[in-house]
This record gives sequence, C-alpha cells and structure tokens, in this order.
Amino acid sequence: MSRFFEVVRRDLRLALRQGSDSIMVVTFFVLTVVLFPFGLGPEMGLLERVSAGVLWVTALLASMLSLDRLFQADYEDGSLELLVMTPTPLAVIVSAKVAAHWLTTGLPLLAAAPVLAVLLNMHADGFVTLMITMAIGTPILSLIGAIGAALVLGARRGGVLLSLLILPLYVPVLIFGVGAVDAAVQGTPSEANLLILAAILAAALPLAPWVTAAALKQALE
Amino acid sequence: MHRFANPARFLRMANAVLPYAAAAAAALLAAGLWFALIASPPDYQQKDSVRIMYIHVPSAWMGMVCYAAMALFSAMALVWKHPLADLLARATAPVGAAFTFICLVTGALWGKPMWGTWWAWDARLTSMLILFFLYLGHMALANAFDDPARGHKAAAILALVGAVNLPVIKFSVDWWNTLHQPASVAKMGGPSIDPSMLVPLLLMAAGFKAYWLMVLILRARAEIAAAKVHTIRMAQVHAAGQGE
Repeated sequence: MSRFFEVVRRDLRLALRQGSDSIMVVTFFVLTVVLFPFGLGPEMGLLERVSAGVLWVTALLASMLSLDRLFQADYEDGSLELLVMTPTPLAVIVSAKVAAHWLTTGLPLLAAAPVLAVLLNMHADGFVTLMITMAIGTPILSLIGAIGAALVLGARRGGVLLSLLILPLYVPVLIFGVGAVDAAVQGTPSEANLLILAAILAAALPLAPWVTAAALKQALE
Repeated sequence: MHRFANPARFLRMANAVLPYAAAAAAALLAAGLWFALIASPPDYQQKDSVRIMYIHVPSAWMGMVCYAAMALFSAMALVWKHPLADLLARATAPVGAAFTFICLVTGALWGKPMWGTWWAWDARLTSMLILFFLYLGHMALANAFDDPARGHKAAAILALVGAVNLPVIKFSVDWWNTLHQPASVAKMGGPSIDPSMLVPLLLMAAGFKAYWLMVLILRARAEIAAAKVHTIRMAQVHAAGQGE
C-alpha cells in the first residue's frame, strides 16, 4: 500500500513540476464547451436542453487527450521497465498511476464543470446530479483509458488509434452519465442511472488495472 | 488442441475440411434462400418485407458469434501462446465486421418501411454499432506496430476487453424498453416464431456459419503462406549477405 502512495506522489510531483498537462486539459474542456454556443446559436432554451450532453462529451474528449501521457513518458525514458520489475504487483502500480492521472485531469474537470454548466444555462436541478455523475464517471474514464494507453504503447499513430479503441468503450459511461443528469433536470428519479454508473466503476476498479498490467507486460516483452 | 499448433498438420486438416465447408455453405444458402424468398409465407402484417429477416437476423448472430470466437481464440493465444489461435482470431475479425455491417445495413433497410426511420438510437442498434467499432479497433490495433507479434498480442487483449459488449447486445432488448423487438428464437419456453419462418432462418444461419468456416480456412491458409514467403525471403537475404 505504501508503494501505491509512493507512485501516486511521484506522478503528482512530476505532473506539477514539469507539466502544464492539467491546465491544458481544463483549457481544452472550457474552450470546446464555449464553442457550442457559437455553433448552435446563443438561444438559451436550446443550450439548456443540450447542456448535459455537451459537458459530458467534451469532458470525455478532454480526459482522452491526456491519456497518451499516462505511460508514454515512462515508456520512453525506461522507468516503466523499472516499475514493472519492482516486487509490488503491477496492477497496484497501474492503479496508482491511474489515480494520479485522475487527480491531475479528472478532478480539474470536475471543478470546471459547474461553471460551464452555468454558461450553458443548465437547469438548477441538474447541478448536484451533474457533479455526482462526473465524480463517479471520470475515474471510469481514466481506468478504461489506461487500458487503451497501455495497448498502443509503441504503435504508429498511437494517438488516433487510442481514440478508435477507447471511444466505443466510453459510450456506456456517456449514456448513463447524461441519462442521470437529464432525469434530474426533468424531475424524474435519476437513481437507476447513477447506480448503473457506480456499478460500472465497481467493475472497472479491479478489472481495468489488471488488464492494463497485462497489456503493459506484453508491451515491454 | 496443441496437436494443431503445427501449421503443417493444421493445413492438412483444413484442406480436408475446406471442400465440405464450401459445399455445405453453397447447399445451405441455396436451400435457405429458396425457402426464404419463395417457399415461406409473407408476414400477415409486414407482407414481403419480412424476408429481410432471413439475412438480417443470421448476420446479427454471425456478428456476435464471430466476436465470441475471436475472444475465445484470443484467450487461447494469450494463455497458451498458441500461434494458430492468434492467426484464427485475426482471420475472423474482418468476417465478423462484414457481417455486423450487413446486419446494420439490412436493419436500416428494414427499419425504414416498418419503423418509419433508417436509424433509431435504440439500445440494440447502438450496442451493435459499438460492436462494429470494436472490430475496426481490433483490426487497426493488430496492424499498427512495426513488430507484428506485438500488435497481435495487443489486439488479443482488446478483443477480450470488448467481449463485455456481447451480453449487453444479447440482453439489451430485455433491459431497456426499446423499439427493437425482443428475442423470439433463443429464449425461455422455446421460439415464438412459426416453423414456416423458423426453418429458412435456421437454414440461412447454418449456411452463414459454413461460409465463415470456409473463409476462415482460406484466410488462415493465406496467412500461413505469407509467413512462409516471409521466412524464405529472410533466408535468401541472409544467404546473399553470407555470400559476399
């Protein structure tokens, strides 16, 4: 367990010292959301209707943009091989790296979401549910994304390939995330969608690091 | 199973099976089409457009069966490092993608007269579309590396991850109230479809399976031949280097 926190601390320190990664992710999120009123027209009723979907789709793309940094830097400078060779199970290290990734990208998205929801004129009833779905959903995005990031290590055109692999797997998160917010806005119970989202997280939490570890091992063979 | 890890032995068996698979595919598809287009009655409600079902439903089954087979072959390739399982998984992917595509297209053609729309964002349709994207991702990943073996392993892991979509497709019509009709063949209490329509449906499904077996053998044979050519070329280059 101490190894887990060591890796989290290491990744956070790296992200804070060298990177503007998390700032760029949030900037991308904000800019893309702001594009929608220009594209759709500033009509408030329309923006209110699409706000949940726009926020979720852009959050999903923003979190995907930062994925190629998850293992790529460590893969290139060789530290990934050392991490694999430590006696700690690789799945634990992967979970730590995913946790650090979520802290540097998912959490800033979560913080920016309510501000953008105001800009998109989201109904006040949707705010709490939006925050809950993003809090449950963004870790799932990081967990599933880690599988893709590990699979494309060393591939040609890894970034484009990553989106082809990961976006289909992101669809359930999007469906239930948006479904919960829309239900809350319309005043119907959103528990069912939230529970399914939580179930996906509960399944991804142990399984995704395990698959990612298998993918990393074969990438380093 | 490990008996067939030897390509020569596999090829001997595959070559023996191939004519039977081809004959079965031709016979079953001919019989199935005759029943489907001529000998079966039109639906009391949908009239003749119900005949789209005899292509649509078997290709949907094929899309899922091919993915299940691909995931199984991939698991065998990862667990036992079985070289031919890996090859068969990659040979199945384009076939499955093609059948999924046929299913989506015939579904759209059927949906227009019956539902009044080419496409609906219904759970069954959406999960089938995701299956199609999973096939595309699998094929792209398998060919994305300079070292082919690396791509094959990565694709095998992806195939196993994508298998979570299969139960979602199967049960999507039960879990969500959707436009797509619920299961009428593989369900508790037996099929709720008249034998006059079930017979051509099953004939077509069996014909598609035989066709898949035939294509699988042809593709596997081509891959093994390509590997042989590659080895011979490398040997020639090596020999030329030694001679200098």
